[in-house]
Amino acid sequence: MSDPSLHQSPLATLHLGGRESEAAPDALVQLAERRAVGKLNLRADPANTALMQALETVLGYALPLAPNRTNGAGERGALWLGPDEWLVTVLSGQENALLEALSQAAAGHHAALSNVSDARIVLSLSGPRAREVLEKGCSLDLHPRAFQTGHCAQTRLARAAILLHQTDDAPAYDIHVAWSFAVYLWVWLEDAAAEYGLAVGDGE
Amino acid sequence: MLQIPCPHCGPRDEVEFSCGGEAHIARPKESDALSDAEWADYLFMRANPKGVLAERWCHTLGCRRWFNVERDTVSHEILRVYPMGEPRGGGSGA
Repeated sequence: MSDPSLHQSPLATLHLGGRESEAAPDALVQLAERRAVGKLNLRADPANTALMQALETVLGYALPLAPNRTNGAGERGALWLGPDEWLVTVLSGQENALLEALSQAAAGHHAALSNVSDARIVLSLSGPRAREVLEKGCSLDLHPRAFQTGHCAQTRLARAAILLHQTDDAPAYDIHVAWSFAVYLWVWLEDAAAEYGLAVGDGE
Repeated sequence: MLQIPCPHCGPRDEVEFSCGGEAHIARPKESDALSDAEWADYLFMRANPKGVLAERWCHTLGCRRWFNVERDTVSHEILRVYPMGEPRGGGSGA
């Protein structure tokens, strides 16, 4: 893997660092990049209980088997992508160690693991009006009766393919979007959130 | 726009899906033995009914899984969603 110190966010061209100090006392929406999320794609057969148990022992939590559900959040969790596919998140820099540990746990079983950390970036959208912002470009029913904390969905936001994950009732969302769509989606979100007041973060 | 009930993700907009054309068209086992007409029939000829059609759909922008759908080509009503590999039940034609 490349030198982490050379990593640059695709949002670097927007110079968000200089905007953190913008006064936004009444902001009802917060938007930032979540930089420290490493991501592994995991394929495994959920019917193979021995394999599921071995993976759970390494992860410290069970893989979510119900469609569009998650376990854990942020830098440590698993998101359901398909009946035999998950996105495992881990603190940046620890991807390869976890990949190695999971590979050993899966040895002898039919499974696949790959480090996909740089395929997508994660935007963190939160605040009392965050749901209204998403509803401008996403056809999913995001009302709490249908979409809650711990739910995830692969869908479209403003025509870009995203993986949406609600992380808090506040509400707060993680939006995984392809590297090449990151600037487009950020600019779209800024525009959509402008009427509610937007506080920009430089990420953590 | 259709709302298609993905067997995993539930009802989603048609734009999230790709249509794979008519379902249950098996590739002939001994393709070398076929005449050009028979091969053309396998490649190109489709039922195209005015009524119920079994189709393959993939939830491309969601869970990326294939499944079969029985759809009425007149009303666009989706009558049944069933897994790949399962034989077509009910309906007529095709």
